[in-house]
Amino acid sequence: MKILVAVKRVVDYNVKVRVKSDGTGVDIANVKMSMNPFDEIAVEEAVRLKEKGVATEVIVVSCGVAQCQETLRTAMAIGADRAILVDTAEELQPLAVAKLLKAIVEAEVPGLVMLGKQAIDDDCNQTGQMLAALLDRPQATFASKIELVEGHLLVTREIDGGMETLRLVLPAVVTADLRLNEPRYVTLPNIMKAKKKPLRTLKPADLGVDLTPRIKTLKVSEPPRRSAGIKVPDVATLVSKLKSEAKVI
Amino acid sequence: MTPKHLVEAYGPRESMAYDVVVVGAGPAGLATAIRLKQLSAEKGHQLSVCVLEKGSEPGAHILSGAVMDPIAINELFPDWKQRGAPLNQPVRGDDVLVLSEKRATRMPDALSPRNFHNDGCYVVSLGAVVKWLGEQAEGLGVEIFPGFAAAEVLYSSGGAVVGVATGHLGLGKGGEPTEDFQLGMELHGKYTIFAEGARGHLGKQLIEKFALDEGRDPQSYALGIKELWEVPADKARPGLVVHTAGWPMDRSTYGGGFVYHLEGNHVTLGLVTGLDYKNPWLSPFEEMQRWKTHPAIRTHIEGGKRLGYGARAICAGGLLSLPKTVFPGGALVGCDAGYLNAARIKGSHAAIKSGMLCAEAAFEALAAGRSGDELSAYPIAFVGSWLHKELDQARNFKQWFKKGSTVGALMTGIEQWLLPQLGVKRPPWTIHGRTADHDCLRPASEMPQIAYPKPDGILTFDRLSSVFISSTNHEENQPAHLTLKDAAIPVAINLARFGGPESRYCPAGVYEFVKSDDGSDRLQINAQNCVHCKTCDIKDPTQNIVWVAPEGGGGPNYAGM
Repeated sequence: MKILVAVKRVVDYNVKVRVKSDGTGVDIANVKMSMNPFDEIAVEEAVRLKEKGVATEVIVVSCGVAQCQETLRTAMAIGADRAILVDTAEELQPLAVAKLLKAIVEAEVPGLVMLGKQAIDDDCNQTGQMLAALLDRPQATFASKIELVEGHLLVTREIDGGMETLRLVLPAVVTADLRLNEPRYVTLPNIMKAKKKPLRTLKPADLGVDLTPRIKTLKVSEPPRRSAGIKVPDVATLVSKLKSEAKVI
Repeated sequence: MTPKHLVEAYGPRESMAYDVVVVGAGPAGLATAIRLKQLSAEKGHQLSVCVLEKGSEPGAHILSGAVMDPIAINELFPDWKQRGAPLNQPVRGDDVLVLSEKRATRMPDALSPRNFHNDGCYVVSLGAVVKWLGEQAEGLGVEIFPGFAAAEVLYSSGGAVVGVATGHLGLGKGGEPTEDFQLGMELHGKYTIFAEGARGHLGKQLIEKFALDEGRDPQSYALGIKELWEVPADKARPGLVVHTAGWPMDRSTYGGGFVYHLEGNHVTLGLVTGLDYKNPWLSPFEEMQRWKTHPAIRTHIEGGKRLGYGARAICAGGLLSLPKTVFPGGALVGCDAGYLNAARIKGSHAAIKSGMLCAEAAFEALAAGRSGDELSAYPIAFVGSWLHKELDQARNFKQWFKKGSTVGALMTGIEQWLLPQLGVKRPPWTIHGRTADHDCLRPASEMPQIAYPKPDGILTFDRLSSVFISSTNHEENQPAHLTLKDAAIPVAINLARFGGPESRYCPAGVYEFVKSDDGSDRLQINAQNCVHCKTCDIKDPTQNIVWVAPEGGGGPNYAGM
């Protein structure tokens, strides 16, 4: 079984992002970029499935600017076998990415498609679901455990109040949650090997996909700043302030 | 378990062999790697070069003013403009201001010493330049490994340097292996070039082992603390370069401020404090914050927004403190040796040039089939270079300032203004400094306490909100990378005698003296906050604090600093 994993290049999780002063978006000039952490978890899981003998090949795909190659090389250093970059500088919204992935899935015919549950930059949490719908395949989102049992995929999900286990018919689409695994450290020899693994570059036109954004961003702004707290001398003042000023009791 | 025990228990480590291993992807290390590959292509002699970088990517740990003299990059890439080097903003004006508490006096251009002239230079983000250098290096076939810290120097049985080992990954707080444990890796080089920047932790070991500083003045350091601001359009004066002397430093403390207007509406500003300061109550961070409140400084940034913060120790000793730069199997380049020109307040051109000179010597050696010996052609080429001439003219700068700011200013005026007017380029005298920075602190009881104003959250800030915007992170579950040789000394000596200076000189709030449950004092080390400035390793009065490399990728993630 082939596993196809989609990975996105996003602003690194350590970076404190800043909204551009003109309100058109987040300033990413000179900012460190890296693989979306949930996608990294998806890659790790796919590689573990391959190491267990469940999967035969792990293919990673990314859509975006040329620098996404670095993200794909990282995925291959974790253990993916080969990579595909859909090279475009256009704005990519989840629907467009899902359509690009659909075209690649149709060409590669993987038994399982994995994605991160959402990207930490736009927090859309849509691409996996849209892809499953476009492909008309079963989907399991927010996976915290995956097992292949008698040809079916058992996926455990963390839901309010407990765990839910789904049994999926393959081929299927699964999105990874935080506790699915802890990605390994990439080692220098594996980084070296990753540089030699095949990376194919396609253009959106090669896949016949229209990328036109369907959603328009009106404005991006920072959350309001929390005003400074005050110290109160005693409980009575606290209660009266909660009543008269905060109006919460 | 110590790192050595881990190697014994889980080793041997895997190894990879290169012709040249470079430690540190800053201007010096990348220039070394680039020049090697350029020569390799020109002369048709294949060679392999790798660069280890502890930051998460090239530029992530780079912090500098910076006004860059393009003299070295012109030599490295004559076509740097076509290659898109981010040297976008030529210097358009130089102001040297002498500050008193309320006033600023601008030094007339005709009297301003030659070292303060920046015509032909560029205001840059050195982080962005380094990122670009990294791309150029990779384009030439250099293998850069960001996120891998060199933790150990490897020696042959004959004592020559044969490479470095990366740190182990996946250790718990006590140094024990966790389930993610990965043994470090050995990188073997015919030559290993160290380019860690000021007070590199391996460079320090090499200087000691090979007695490279014998007969030299002790290295003298300063701590630069910097912020990046976005200012309203009417305040932006792209290309303006301002340097300040005087307030808030007292006459016995070396230091000065800078305000550089970058392209767009960005202004970078900071204060540099000499780490030979005497008063343990002094706090470089708070000096920098209150320096911003001076009318001549605040006017540049008022109404703006702070975007970035960071700090880094720099080498200020100059030529007289420059150690021997070569030893069997390797060399020191950039500020791992200490090429910064303190008089000109810039070092990136010197770093690049030193890397190029070292690369040329290493290439010649490799082409002749040599390995593991001393690259003696490198220091010889340095003595014949423009860089040596430049540093020689400024060799007394920091040494004069060790005698107080009045003497320093006067003698800088004489050496860098009067003598050149008289046709004397090189001062005929040489002044030596003899005291290491860590020996300069006076006991706390003998020195006046300093009352710093509280931050207002608009123009001035506290340490924690500052470290927050440096995007600093270290994997939480790992041994502290700020180690103590003797755990009792911080309380017994640092606190008792010097009032706990580490809680003030650390620009990231790593060191805190807190009360234990039994009421006794103890030093708490918040290693996660560390911005890798190395000040503690330099200034700790008994040299008890030792900075070692944390897990690779940890530390600040500066964006264009």
